[in-house]
Amino acid sequence: MADHEMHEFDVVIIGAGGAGMRAAIEAKERGLRTALVCKSLLGKAHTVMAEGGAAAAMGNVWPEDNWQVHFRDTMRGGKLLNNCRMAQLHAQEAPERIHELERWGALFDRTSDGRILQRDFGGHRYARLAHVGDRTGLELIRTLQQRAVALGVDVFMECKVLRLMKDDDGRVAAAVGYWRPTGQFVTFLSKAFVIATGGIGKSWMYTTNSWESTGDGHAMAAWAGADMLDMEFVQFHPTCMVWPMTARGILVTEGVRGDGGVLRNAEGTRFMFDYIPPMFAAETADTEEEADRWYDDHINNRRPPELLPRDEVARSINSEVKGGRGSPHGGVFLDIASRRSPEYIRRRLPSMYHQFKELAGVDITAEPMEVAPFQHYMMGGIRVDADTTSTTVTGLFAAGEAAAGLHGANRLGGNSLSDLLVFGRRAGVAASDFAESQQGTPSVSSAEIDRVCDEALEPFRRDGGESPYDIQKDLQETMQHLVGLIRTEDELVQALEDLDKLDERAAEVSVTGTPVYNPGWNLATDLPAMLTVSRLVTRAAIERRESRGGHTREDYPKTDAELSKVNLIQRIRTDGTYNLERVPLREMPDELAKLLEEAAP
Amino acid sequence: MSPETTPGAGTKDEQTAMQGAAAPAPEPSSGPGSDSGSGAGAADSVTMSIWRGDPEGGSFVDYEMPAVEGEVVLDVVHRVQAGPAPDLACRWNCKAGKCGSCSAEINGLPRLMCMTRMDQLPPGEPVVVAPMKTFPLIRDLVTDVSFNYEMARRLPPFAPKPPEPDGTYRMMQIDVERGQEFRKCIECFMCQDVCHVIRDHEDNKVGYAGPRMFIRYMELESHPLDTNDRRELLRQQMGLSMCNITKCCTEVCPEHIKITDNAIIPLKERVVDSSYDPVAWLGRKILRRTKLTAAQSAADAPAHKAPTWEDA
Repeated sequence: MADHEMHEFDVVIIGAGGAGMRAAIEAKERGLRTALVCKSLLGKAHTVMAEGGAAAAMGNVWPEDNWQVHFRDTMRGGKLLNNCRMAQLHAQEAPERIHELERWGALFDRTSDGRILQRDFGGHRYARLAHVGDRTGLELIRTLQQRAVALGVDVFMECKVLRLMKDDDGRVAAAVGYWRPTGQFVTFLSKAFVIATGGIGKSWMYTTNSWESTGDGHAMAAWAGADMLDMEFVQFHPTCMVWPMTARGILVTEGVRGDGGVLRNAEGTRFMFDYIPPMFAAETADTEEEADRWYDDHINNRRPPELLPRDEVARSINSEVKGGRGSPHGGVFLDIASRRSPEYIRRRLPSMYHQFKELAGVDITAEPMEVAPFQHYMMGGIRVDADTTSTTVTGLFAAGEAAAGLHGANRLGGNSLSDLLVFGRRAGVAASDFAESQQGTPSVSSAEIDRVCDEALEPFRRDGGESPYDIQKDLQETMQHLVGLIRTEDELVQALEDLDKLDERAAEVSVTGTPVYNPGWNLATDLPAMLTVSRLVTRAAIERRESRGGHTREDYPKTDAELSKVNLIQRIRTDGTYNLERVPLREMPDELAKLLEEAAP
Repeated sequence: MSPETTPGAGTKDEQTAMQGAAAPAPEPSSGPGSDSGSGAGAADSVTMSIWRGDPEGGSFVDYEMPAVEGEVVLDVVHRVQAGPAPDLACRWNCKAGKCGSCSAEINGLPRLMCMTRMDQLPPGEPVVVAPMKTFPLIRDLVTDVSFNYEMARRLPPFAPKPPEPDGTYRMMQIDVERGQEFRKCIECFMCQDVCHVIRDHEDNKVGYAGPRMFIRYMELESHPLDTNDRRELLRQQMGLSMCNITKCCTEVCPEHIKITDNAIIPLKERVVDSSYDPVAWLGRKILRRTKLTAAQSAADAPAHKAPTWEDA
């Protein structure tokens, strides 16, 4: 403990993607001592991979657009399981958050009269996504990064947080972690903490997520006793690369479809017309002619079925492949080459062009892409208050993918980047308010800190245990095959049994070398979070015996009226056991309910 | 970010050997059967010759791995980690060419490991993977790139003019396109790595922002809304004149940004104009636009308010 590195702040933000950086900017602008702690170098977080755009009803392309329509689209996309207050705040505040980025130097693509251009995406009635070609996430993260640096936020890069610690009053008071470059431990004492650690995708074999998405924040919050909401809802993005095998899971932006691309099976059929669900029939084109007219005239035509919400498109692709009408490498064809000029494609989708050319040797201006659904996004997560992002643990806030509620059972494309900005800022405001209300210096037991550090180093002391890579691989196989896009009770129960065994094995891993920049050891310290989060997902997936949004049960293919009224909330008790309960949805005020009743155009 | 993570440059000599046209052949004795990877045409295995070491020293170690169709260099490095060398240090995030984390020197050339396909490298020859040479080594393929973050902190930030009455801005697509080219930068820092001003002269780092930052300065110079003047700072403290336009940076840019032609050369012209051009001088007098001095401009940067790399 004597040479243990300690820092004290007012607000500590864990995770430096869009939500974390936006929160840090807010706290720093308030003049608070603010730290931003991240596992990778600054500017490399997963937000950088977002492609298509940020949804905000600015009405620059279709003046008919407004927050009410955006709210309705978000709720319907989430199969009405969303926290309606979050959906309202998100739709109302997103435009200002986008304009704010412009004040900080962002350069979005423009309309002909010089305003921010907006693009079409699945589930959005109007073209609504502010974007920069197909690299919007990079623009977002760089703008926020440059703003945070200009403000002088204290950044702790390549620093992994292991645990949150509470003081005697049950407030979160410290976070213990280590520097990846040196392996030295570090403790952050703070009045308020914001979790902005992103997703959980690394527990699946094929995912669009980077190595960082191990659910650290989800797990740390759960270990601290926070309520975990709707953990069964995992999004499988309908269009990811399938070939070469080693590129399997790399994202292909929904912008391809927004800009005119269509899905075809091996027979050349635009099969999405066969999968239009009743809920969206009134607003979806039923002929190719109408669908094609829609790109130029949204008012008198209905949306192409390729732009149904992601859950619908992912299931349809899966059915085509299972029906024997898939592409050579087990996907379907995504074709923009036959529908738009090469110049248009290269201008609108430069990184898709580059990615397919370099990795698969496919020229997307001349031939179709092969795509299939893989793990992409976590709708579920830490339960938060809509207005303040506060969790059920005092002093702990959460925003972005790690938090839950906004997206309900399925997220619409483009709503994630705007989520980061709207609720990242709200987390910064509320964490600052909370920090300012606290007196004195936060304190935790040094014995507890020692225990966490000692436990993290245990894999070095064990001889002959398994490699953490072997356990990660088996976990990924379990989640891929048993807790995937289509689920059954038998397989989910089997997954829980597998997770029990993996827990035992993970407790016995051994690693070689020293703690200095050691990826094997780093992975060993990620495994507990990956296993906890996988268990939360699987348990909720068993309990929701219906199909809704991102959660599809082959044994319960329909929606269930009772389950449509509840969220599933889990909590890890102090003895380590799991509690799961059904909690009624937040009641919707009449003025919001009215917006949902409005007839489709 | 912590000072302890900045090791000395103890391995420079070993790494410099990498930079010749012929990379040193890995020692065939480093593992049994390590020479079988050179069997021409027999693409059932590949030999990865990867730098292993820390600031105290190190060497290239050969790993013979089964060949897998469609792989990129990073895939094979990952298989080495999952197999024979779990503690092999390398950075990566997106594995799709979008985050710029996995920069390394592959067969002597700076490249992203995730975008370098194995089947585009010479068949039957070992693939030599070394860390970027210009930055201090931390371990194996990981270097301390904090120099770049320090230079970012010294940049006087974006300062926009007032918005339209409705609180938003109007900009034409044609006016944002120049800046958008530079904003494609994924900060892989390979342009910094290959720039001989700092690659071969460690001393220059104190006063040289480097190609990555020059495109950032040019981005702001061409930004339709920005009002900050950073030209004297560039000339006096950021070492713009040290660049002698060899275009090495442009050649290695994975985003194909025309760093030299579109950023460095125009910046040099603007800086020279502002310093010596009597017409520009007169224009400023008439328009009452006083050019900021380097000191005035630097005082605006966040690094000015915090301890810097220079002070360390």
